[in-house]
Order: sequence, then C-alpha cells, then structure tokens
Amino acid sequence: MLEIKNLKASINSKDILKGLSITIKPGELHAIMGPNGSGKSTLANVLSGKNGYEISGEIKYQGKSLKKISIDERAQKGIFLAFQYPTEIPGVNTNNFLKTSLNKVRKARGEKELDTLSFLKLLKEKSSELGIDEKMLSRQLNVGFSGGEKKKNEILQMKVLDPNLVILDETDSGLDIDALKIIADGVNSSRDKKKSFLVITHYQRLLDYIKPDFVHVLSDGKIVKSGCMELAEELEKKGYKKIN
Amino acid sequence: MKNQNINTEQDYKYGFTTDIENVRAPKGLSEESIKFISKIKKEPKWMLDWRLKAFNRLKNLKEPNWQKPKYPKINYQDLYYYSAPKSVSEKPKSLDEVDPKLIETYKKLGIPLQEQKRLSGVAVDAVFDSVSVATTYKEELTKKGIIFCSISEAIREHPDLVKKYLGSVIPLTDHYFATLNSAVFTDGSFVYIPPKVKCPMELSTYFRINASETGQFERTLIIADKGSYVSYLEGCTAPMRDENQLHAANVELVALDDSEIKYSTVQNWYPGDKDGVGGIYNFVTKRGACRGKNSKISWTQVETGSAITWKYPSCILQGDNSVGEFYSIAITNNHQKADTGTKMIHLGKNTKSKIISKGISAGKADNTYRGLVDIGKKALNSRNYTQCDSLLMGNKCGAHTVPYIKNKNSSSIVEHEATTSKINEEQLFYCNQRGLNQEEAIGLIVNGFCKEVLQQLPMEFAVEAQKLVGISLEGSVG
Repeated sequence: MLEIKNLKASINSKDILKGLSITIKPGELHAIMGPNGSGKSTLANVLSGKNGYEISGEIKYQGKSLKKISIDERAQKGIFLAFQYPTEIPGVNTNNFLKTSLNKVRKARGEKELDTLSFLKLLKEKSSELGIDEKMLSRQLNVGFSGGEKKKNEILQMKVLDPNLVILDETDSGLDIDALKIIADGVNSSRDKKKSFLVITHYQRLLDYIKPDFVHVLSDGKIVKSGCMELAEELEKKGYKKIN
Repeated sequence: MKNQNINTEQDYKYGFTTDIENVRAPKGLSEESIKFISKIKKEPKWMLDWRLKAFNRLKNLKEPNWQKPKYPKINYQDLYYYSAPKSVSEKPKSLDEVDPKLIETYKKLGIPLQEQKRLSGVAVDAVFDSVSVATTYKEELTKKGIIFCSISEAIREHPDLVKKYLGSVIPLTDHYFATLNSAVFTDGSFVYIPPKVKCPMELSTYFRINASETGQFERTLIIADKGSYVSYLEGCTAPMRDENQLHAANVELVALDDSEIKYSTVQNWYPGDKDGVGGIYNFVTKRGACRGKNSKISWTQVETGSAITWKYPSCILQGDNSVGEFYSIAITNNHQKADTGTKMIHLGKNTKSKIISKGISAGKADNTYRGLVDIGKKALNSRNYTQCDSLLMGNKCGAHTVPYIKNKNSSSIVEHEATTSKINEEQLFYCNQRGLNQEEAIGLIVNGFCKEVLQQLPMEFAVEAQKLVGISLEGSVG
C-alpha cells in the first residue's frame, strides 16, 4: 500500500524528516509514536501532499510514486488524513461539504455521483453507526464544534469516503474517554484486508482500543525503533528518552 | 511537490460584440444631442425641459473626487450619448418584429426572449445600449394592473406617474453624475405596482452595452403603492474592449405605506483585462425612499464586474417603522477597484436598518466599503446594525472600511462590526485533502464567506451568482 524510502523533508531550510523508511501492507495498522517536534505531523502533511516542503527520497502509494500528484488527486486516489486540528470553514454546510467531497472521490473512482437523497441515506447510516448526532451535520463546517465533535466529524468523513490509506494525525489528543471510544470504534469497524492505517499518536491510550500490528518510534526525523504492541507499553513506562 | 495548475487569464464569456447597424446621437454632450434623444424617443415637452434644466445645472457642477479609485479624466465631448440598433428605432410591438440578431444576442447571454423559452416566473425587460428592445410577460402583468415597461414608454403612456415620482428621490441637482444622467438618460425600466398587489413574478432588466465610444445612461423608476410587494433584479454585461466605457445610472425606488421593494443586482460588466486595460466605469446612483409607514426597501448587490465600481444604494427611511436593508458582495480581482456601500438615512420613528457587506479582494485589486448611517433627531427608537467583512487573497490587494455614523438622538442604537481576514491556507489544504481542487476550494470558501448575502437573492439567480463568485476569482491564488 505505502512504501516510504529514505524520506527527507525540510521547511524553510530546516530539516525535519531525516531519512525515514516504512512499509505498510494492505490490511495493516501501523502506529507512529514520538515526542513533540519529532516530525509526526510533517509526515502526515508530506504524505497528503501539502505544499511548502522540500522533499527527497521516495514515497510509493499502490506501487506508484506520489511525487507529482497534487493534494486533491491523492485524496481522490484514496489517501485520507484525519486532521489534528480540523479547520473551521464558515458559511459552508457540513452535509454539503461532505457530499461535494464524496462525489469528487466517487467520480475519480469511476462511480456514479450520489444524488442528495442517496447521500443523506448513506450519511444517516454511517453517523448512527458511530453514534453521532445528525444535528451536527447541518451546522457550518467545524464552526463552533467542540474538540470532540471536530474529531468525530473527521472519523465520519473517513467512514463516508471509504479511503484505502487512512492517516490519523493525533486524532486522540484532547479527547475524553467517551469520544476516544467512538473514534476507536470507527477505526476498528473500518479495518479490513484492503485498508491500511497510519496512526500518529503521543500516547499508548488510543492503542489500547485499536491494536496496532506494528509500532514505530519516531525521533528527530527518523524511525529509531520498530516493534509490536509491547514497544508502546515500554514507551509508556520508560518515556521517549530511554528508548534512544 | 506539484504546483496547482490554474488559469491565469480570467474568462469573461460575455465579451463578444453584436455586429449591428446603429443610429447614434451627434457626438458630444450638448443641447443638440439632448434634443436628439428627446426627439427620437418622442418625448413630451415637459420631459425635454426637465432634461435641459439638468443640463444647465450640470454646467455649474464638478465631478466628485473624494472616492478612493481615481480614473483618468473623462472627455465628455468624445462620447456618444445615444446609440441604438437601427431596427429598433421604433420599439417592436411584438417579438416577431425584433431583429433576430438581438434575440440571438440575448440567447447567448442566457436570457431567452422567445415566448416558449422564457425564464419561467421571471419577466424580462431587455435594454440594449440606449433602448429597450423587448419586455416579456407584459399582458399577464397588465391584468393585475402592474405596469412594467421601458422608462421611455412610461414617459409617453403614464406621464402622471412619471412626473410625480421622477427625480423625487434623486433630485435633478444631486451631484455631477446624477445630474448628467438626468440630462441624457436613454432607457431603463419603469415599474408601478398598484395598491395591495403582490407582484406574481420576479421582474428583471438585463442591461447590455454593445456599441463602442458610447456611454450608457440607465434610468429606472420603481413605485410600490400602498400595501404592495415587488422583487426586481437587474443583470449587466458588456463586450471586451480596450477603452473604458461609462455606465452612469440613476435608479429611484419609492415605497408607500406598508409596501416592500426588494431590488437585486448581479453586476458583471466587463472588468478589463488582467493588466487593467479596458473595462466599464460603473458610476451609479441608486436610492430608495421608504416614504410610507411600515414600508421596506431591501437592496442586494453582487458586484463582480467593472474596472471601477462606485455606488451606494441607499435608503431614506421617512415613514415611521420603515426598514432599510443593504446586502452586498463586492469582488475585485486583477486591477479592478470598488468603492461601494450604502447610506441609511433615518428620519421616521422606530426605523430600522441593516447593512451586511462582504468585500473580497484578489490580485492587485482595491476594495473599499464606505457607508453612512445617519439617525436624525426625530428618528426616535431607531436601530442600525452594520457588519462589514473583508477577505483578502494574496498580498498585493487592499481592503478598506470607511464607516460614517451619526446618531442625533439618545433613544437609538447603532452597532458596527468589521472583520478583515486572509483566505486561509489551512482551509484550502483541508478542502484539497477532501478531493476538491484549488478553484473548487476557493469557490466553496468564498461562497461560504458570502452566504448571508447570497441567501437574499431570488432562487432563480442564486445559483448563477454562486457560480459567478467562483469564476470571478479564478486564477487569484497561485
């Protein structure tokens, strides 16, 4: 699904990723843990194609280089980023936004665009699966949403768009335990043999609910250690400093 | 990383010219050309006298120059003040008589005039340069006693109404461009809604400038008699030319007791090219008088075209409990300039006004909101709410807010809110990450920003206006 080799990224001539390699196969869930400033969010941004980074190394998605692929094309090809801080877009209805988004993705997949009725049906189904109040969806996109609502909205979008590669950028930060469970349920119910997940997090907490296949420790722009769930537990006990 | 591929040239799809034989007034501003206009329109003597009075007054007036966008001196002797297709020197009595070239022109503009293809629920008056070429749905409206025709026709057919109301909101001596218009105005629409009648359809006028070296001097007069209601919409386009053309209109609205006028504009005059060559000077005086108690006038404008837009659709709230509203979107891109806003003059008791202005500036453009809220001594318990939001795209454009507030009594309340923001990279990234390309993302964000105003437009036009908002900003973020 995703193959990253010796990835280096810098912004304003400051090096952030310094030779990162990772391979994620279909069906796998990888967790990346690391301290503040280790490059976790940069990795999420670079994978989704955000402008402004100087990049070298190789990123292959479904066997093809992502080098010249724009943000929206990547999204249409099934790369989904659940944002750490979902942005507010005043005046834009959450429902309409998601419908526009879904139809762009469907069109790219060669599927028929959904009309409003079928879309609302799908949305109703997915939001009740997640236990999300539909009222939230008739509000302006992320405007006045609580932290938890914003993150739930991200997971709902993930469910509706049905991507191949999901990147969760610290989706768990700032959530209470109930919201955390909703997010985890959303992820767990989406896991299948075809989908891959890259879960970026500070804490082991989320990983108690979504069991990763692999855990990597990111420090100073590099993967310094990889392992299984035990690594996350070790980290939680000893802290990041001891791992290096 | 891949850079977004975006058209850098703005597409103006209405930029074509119709090749048609014209009748023109003698070149230049003179008594002779005014007499020519009055004669060709078969006006009564009182109308010509009125025009000449304005012309005499004009000699003592100077062009105002307090506005932010400056422009090169206009040579008024180098313009034609009347130009009309030869084939409509007599206004055709039915559509069968209208020159097919004109019908074709309006079809290309998306305004079908033929009986079977008309916009449903919308009556259209089509003004081409200096004349009205067709008015649809006339008979149906006549049945209800509604008069919807060109102003030229109204001067001949309904002189009492015209005499009573023309110049009653914008006096002959108001200011340079208004007075110039009073002297040389050519065509525009006339609407009269009788007492207690709710106009059953949208009335609209479509203004088209076609001839070169010609100024367009539109004159529109709308009267809503007691207890009546009307919603009126105007649209405007012009060919792409290197010269700057002048459109100096006067629009007067009169609302009597318990009546309501909703006036919407979608202005898409040619804005000039990306280097700022050509485009229309849109210098317009629009004013409404809420003359009766409980009357209401609501202006909605979507200004996306013109090289320079300079206008302040205003409300004079004379009647007690009357309401004035102004909803505005002004978009400037490339080298376009806008200095627009409103005046709310509160005279009656318990009068209310609301101003919502959204200015969007991109490229090297400059956008000014200028507004006056004046609450008189006797306008007790009056209220105004003003909200001015500016959105900047890129770092070479400008946005300015110039509010003037005068409150002359202590029982009235004035509120003013203003924000300025830049289009947010994070918002664009978010939309892109959900599969929308750069232009779709900008269209979405800007439409969201303008939502409160777009919601005010009649349904039939809201969708078009939304698209226009997107198109006007194409190429504005690289």
